[in-house]
Amino acid sequence: MAIGGLDIGSRTIALVEMDGDEVRWGEVIATTFDPLAQCRQLLEGREFDLLVATGYGRHLAQANFADRTITEIKAFALGCHRLFPQCRTILDIGGQDTKAISLAPGGKVADFQMNDRCAAGTGKFLEVMAAAMGLTIDEMGRIALETEAEVKISSMCTVFAESEVTGLIARGTPRPEIARGLHEAICDRAVSLLKRVGIEREVVFAGGVARNPCLKALLERRLGIPLLIPENPQLVGAMGAALSALH
Amino acid sequence: MSEYDAMWEKLGIDLEAHAGLLEVLPPMYQEHILSQENRPEGMGYFDFVFSEVHGLRVKELVEHREAGGVVVGTFCTYVPEELIVAVGGICVGLCAGAQVAPEEAEKLLPRNLCALIKSSLGFKLAKVCPYIESCDLLVGETTCDGKKKYFEVLGELQPVHVMEVPQMKLEHDRELWRQEIRRLLARLEEEAGRKVTLEGLREAVRLINDKRKALLRLEELRKSDPPVISGRDALLVAQIAFYDDPARLTEKVNALCDELERRRDGGIAIGGAHRPRILLSGCPMALPNWKVATIIETSGAVVAMDEMCTGIRYFDNLVDEEAPDMDALLDAIADRYLNIHCAIFTPNRERVDHLKELVRDYDIDAVVYYALQFCDPYTVEAFGVQRELEELGVPFLYLETDYSAEDVGQLSTRVQALIEMTGSREKA
Repeated sequence: MAIGGLDIGSRTIALVEMDGDEVRWGEVIATTFDPLAQCRQLLEGREFDLLVATGYGRHLAQANFADRTITEIKAFALGCHRLFPQCRTILDIGGQDTKAISLAPGGKVADFQMNDRCAAGTGKFLEVMAAAMGLTIDEMGRIALETEAEVKISSMCTVFAESEVTGLIARGTPRPEIARGLHEAICDRAVSLLKRVGIEREVVFAGGVARNPCLKALLERRLGIPLLIPENPQLVGAMGAALSALH
Repeated sequence: MSEYDAMWEKLGIDLEAHAGLLEVLPPMYQEHILSQENRPEGMGYFDFVFSEVHGLRVKELVEHREAGGVVVGTFCTYVPEELIVAVGGICVGLCAGAQVAPEEAEKLLPRNLCALIKSSLGFKLAKVCPYIESCDLLVGETTCDGKKKYFEVLGELQPVHVMEVPQMKLEHDRELWRQEIRRLLARLEEEAGRKVTLEGLREAVRLINDKRKALLRLEELRKSDPPVISGRDALLVAQIAFYDDPARLTEKVNALCDELERRRDGGIAIGGAHRPRILLSGCPMALPNWKVATIIETSGAVVAMDEMCTGIRYFDNLVDEEAPDMDALLDAIADRYLNIHCAIFTPNRERVDHLKELVRDYDIDAVVYYALQFCDPYTVEAFGVQRELEELGVPFLYLETDYSAEDVGQLSTRVQALIEMTGSREKA
């Protein structure tokens, strides 16, 4: 039986095909301004016995082609539990929101927290800051690891932080220090969200931002425990959506 | 042109801005209320009252004043409606539940103030609320800091009498509150130009008690599972109870309850079969604020109880009608109102205990705590409430929001995740 899982996020759309709880293949594309057209392109020529959608675009998907929907919270819980059965806490930093989820021993959601309405400390935040420094996100993550010195970024609002970064550049602050400061700021925010649900091992870090090596290192240092990162952290939500069909 | 234009103009309403406001209401009402499936027929009366929200009821107020009666506006469930009725007045709740002219309000109030206060001033400054313009007197109260200072601002625009609501429930607080009831009565008597008699006051107490009894009867029917009325319809009834004629409202609520009893006995439910039962707790949801209730109910759950000022806090507990003399009756009124468990009180043990009772009595699957941004009493109290409810194993979701629609997507995700959690709880 071919089960499709579709995760329509604010920055990327992920599609996986699963057979039982095994992933056959997965693909990630940009959401763009026309997520529906992107989904159609992704689904072109593919047949599923059941297609489950998640992510902020899930209702759009259900109105058009998905059979059912689940929230990102449940999707990440199912996906992370499948990949790491010992997982009790999840940090998911996506393009537009950050989620901390605590799981009961069997993998059910016990509690969750999400950031408020703005995109502070999310993938979008990193994207805007990288652009302000003329870097790609990957480059910014790399140079942030080059230094131990950091400047304190006091603002978490994407708009204010961008002005702050522009000001620091104008003052001649080295870019690695600014980059480091930005990553520390996101780390602060993620840790406070995690603390609100309670941190229990194992902790899985998923979502697109989990690909950022600097943030992983900073979080591990702050929490004093290693983080488990899925091989493809952007597919976890789509996997969870597909897995929900088994439940 | 509306048939009411002349009346509104006389009240000083800005007709153009007001027409704009009235235009957005019907589609909103359609989306949040009328789109629900299998509503009770008895809701027809409330649909009609809402469709005439600035029309027929305002006309009644105008006629009442022409006949020599007073109209008194209030902003809080602590202000005793029976005193206003006893001086021959009409009481209208003025709390605002939609964002109107924030840029005007922010000229006189800070930005970081709750949406309820800001929109109340917005309605006043934009001249789009015929209710506040119909009032001979406004009665404010010292509940939260924001409202307390807001009444100073409002007092420069219109006569306001402010009641001092104590913040604790010690004996001398009760004494203060009993005096405040008498001070309000004196002010109302002066405004209306008439003295209240014991029988007049007792009659007013009975009238308002009857309204409470009808609303409590409706609450009892919300225990039905599957539900016979939606949370949104029950909320709408409570919202309308703040400004409709009390005797007529009581009759209509009782008629609705008769129908709901028939529905319950005949197994006629709204929407699907068993659905998660949500208790909504927190700040008031003044008309036309249905945002969170709609999110919950369009996500497949039902709001089975509102522990809010636009819910059970408004009509729980009756005034003792048998008090032998004027003093005893006034004390009985004071005591009934002091028994409302608003988060402005400290300690506020009674609220948490009441919540736990409601969770049990209404067979609640999860609690959604609704706090208006910048509302210190309710946002701070949320932490303790959450801890105690989670100790009972009741899933709890804290939502902090305002009157804008921009966060509906995010709120929906949280509410749906909560509903998913109740599903897994049932299986567990």
